[in-house]
Amino acid sequence: MTVTERQQRAYVDAQAADMRVAVELETDEGMTLNLGPQHPATHGTLRVIARLDGEQVVWADISPGYMHRGYEKLCEVRTYPQVTTLVNRIDWLGSFANEVPFILASEQLMGIEAPPRARYIRTILFEMARVANIVLFLGDLGVQLGAVTPAFYAFRDREHVLDQIESVTGGRFHPNFDRIGGLKDDLPKGWIADTKAVMQRMRMFCDEIEDLLFGNEIFEARTRGVGVIPADVALSYGLSGANARGSGIDWDLRRDTDVGLAHNEVDWRVWTHPDGDSFARCWVRLQETREATKIIDQLCDGLPGGPIMAKVPRIIKVPEGEAYVATENPLGEMGYYIISKGDIGPFRVKIRSASFSNVSVLPWLLRGVYVPDIITILASLYFILGDIDR
Amino acid sequence: MSDATTTEATGTPEAEAGDAAAGAEQPAAPADEQREAMLATLTAALGDRVVGSHVVPGRELWVRVAREAWVEAAETAKLKLGCTFFDFLSAIDWMPSPWGRYEYSALDLEDGIPRPDPTAEIATGYAGGDTRFQVFSRLLNVRQQHSVMLKADLPDDDLRVASLVPLYGGANWHERECWEMFGITFDGHPSLRHLYLPGAFEGHPLRKDFPLLARLVKPWPGIVDVEPMPQTDDEAEGDTPDGNGNGAENEGDA
Repeated sequence: MTVTERQQRAYVDAQAADMRVAVELETDEGMTLNLGPQHPATHGTLRVIARLDGEQVVWADISPGYMHRGYEKLCEVRTYPQVTTLVNRIDWLGSFANEVPFILASEQLMGIEAPPRARYIRTILFEMARVANIVLFLGDLGVQLGAVTPAFYAFRDREHVLDQIESVTGGRFHPNFDRIGGLKDDLPKGWIADTKAVMQRMRMFCDEIEDLLFGNEIFEARTRGVGVIPADVALSYGLSGANARGSGIDWDLRRDTDVGLAHNEVDWRVWTHPDGDSFARCWVRLQETREATKIIDQLCDGLPGGPIMAKVPRIIKVPEGEAYVATENPLGEMGYYIISKGDIGPFRVKIRSASFSNVSVLPWLLRGVYVPDIITILASLYFILGDIDR
Repeated sequence: MSDATTTEATGTPEAEAGDAAAGAEQPAAPADEQREAMLATLTAALGDRVVGSHVVPGRELWVRVAREAWVEAAETAKLKLGCTFFDFLSAIDWMPSPWGRYEYSALDLEDGIPRPDPTAEIATGYAGGDTRFQVFSRLLNVRQQHSVMLKADLPDDDLRVASLVPLYGGANWHERECWEMFGITFDGHPSLRHLYLPGAFEGHPLRKDFPLLARLVKPWPGIVDVEPMPQTDDEAEGDTPDGNGNGAENEGDA
């Protein structure tokens, strides 16, 4: 039997074993509730297994992996420019933001620095990915609580952001636009003015959502005091992004590290919320969207001229070494630990994705909550399945 | 205009690649006092169980510790350096892949890129290493932006190391992933079971000797994917009046 055949057989066996587990839901101690893998509240294929005592969860387990695509293995057989295509698909709502840390880490190893104009455009697109991503979160949040209207608002207004991204990169979801040493292309004519109009619109969207959701009595009742994560737990589970800032941790990689983006050259602020509950996480994200539109506006105003590409060799060979670069992505800290052996492709890439750590707190967090709150907690932690499973 | 990656006009690609590599090798290394101080703290606590270290000024500190001191090193980082944030944990297989990169097309070989030698000696990265497998973990102090990348060697015949779960709750999933992907056992882990892979999966996918099946089945660059274009058929036959009619004869890719 060849290796291939053996692997295929093992895979079939494993599938069968998984099916058996899936039906063993009734236990002696209370009831086991299986949520997913196909459940609207899981944004994809995440399986939550909760053992209940009445309406209360006594024990919960998360089973990811239904969308595991093995990017770390695939990175090892690809060249550096090819990897950006892969990593685009990790967090598919904010694709461009996934490319940036990988490119920055490669540049750091190669000793290349992108020209200022490329740095600015990178940061603009990075923040636009954040806006597109979080706008959908704000809309989806309503759906999880039974309010359908915000979702329509979100899809309507996100389209404008995606249009702007598309007119630069050619791709609505997967731009694959970042290159080692700069960017593929310059901005099209008239883009700056359009973008500023869109950002104005997104600020209006934030106001709308704030009126619709955040002042809503039901929304507050469902999210205030639900799913509280204390700061020390957030740190020990590696929660990042708005989930950490919602627990009062004043930490934002855009402000605190200098990895080669232009965030430190404009005026904006990091919002935190001391409560650590679902409401705090949602509120921090709302503020984050507003700040992102401000960042984009200021960067558009101060966009320097010059080339968009540094001088790079035709064949990208990254010198031997190791580098870890992380950026503050829409979902949290996204980093790539690249280990290079001087080849045209990485020797090993460890992808540190935000949702993986963010979701790993769920077994701890879901203990003791009521069944309907599972949904709001899942929604407020905000994960993208591709970002958990990679 | 658009594609600035091709800078052929200035010289041969081989020479350029060489220059860039050589230029990046030698940064004028300024002393990084903050990271040296962190290293000194770790060394003071662990003594000779710190077996290697590497500092990239302004970027990162790598510290390789003995396997027995893995948990103690993390504890020191947590308590004395304030690294309370658990960033990630994973491992690396330093063996050169016996499968090569799968993807050396004729085009790549023309450019003079040598295939890596699968029989080559194991060469490890920053902070050194003596064994094929290493675990590494990054711990972070979010207040002061300190971070430390801990590494530990694991002997081939005894792939186990103590678990960090008692120190950092977040290590749970990272260690489960590492266990299934590399076959490294974490002593003291509450429940080492599969995270991504199905329950009865055989093998450890991120080991270098584990084949990437997609590439074995369909060799790079996927030339087997390419169906003959309708125009190509036209030219070969030379008697079709319009290309559109011919396209319908193809099986279709819907």
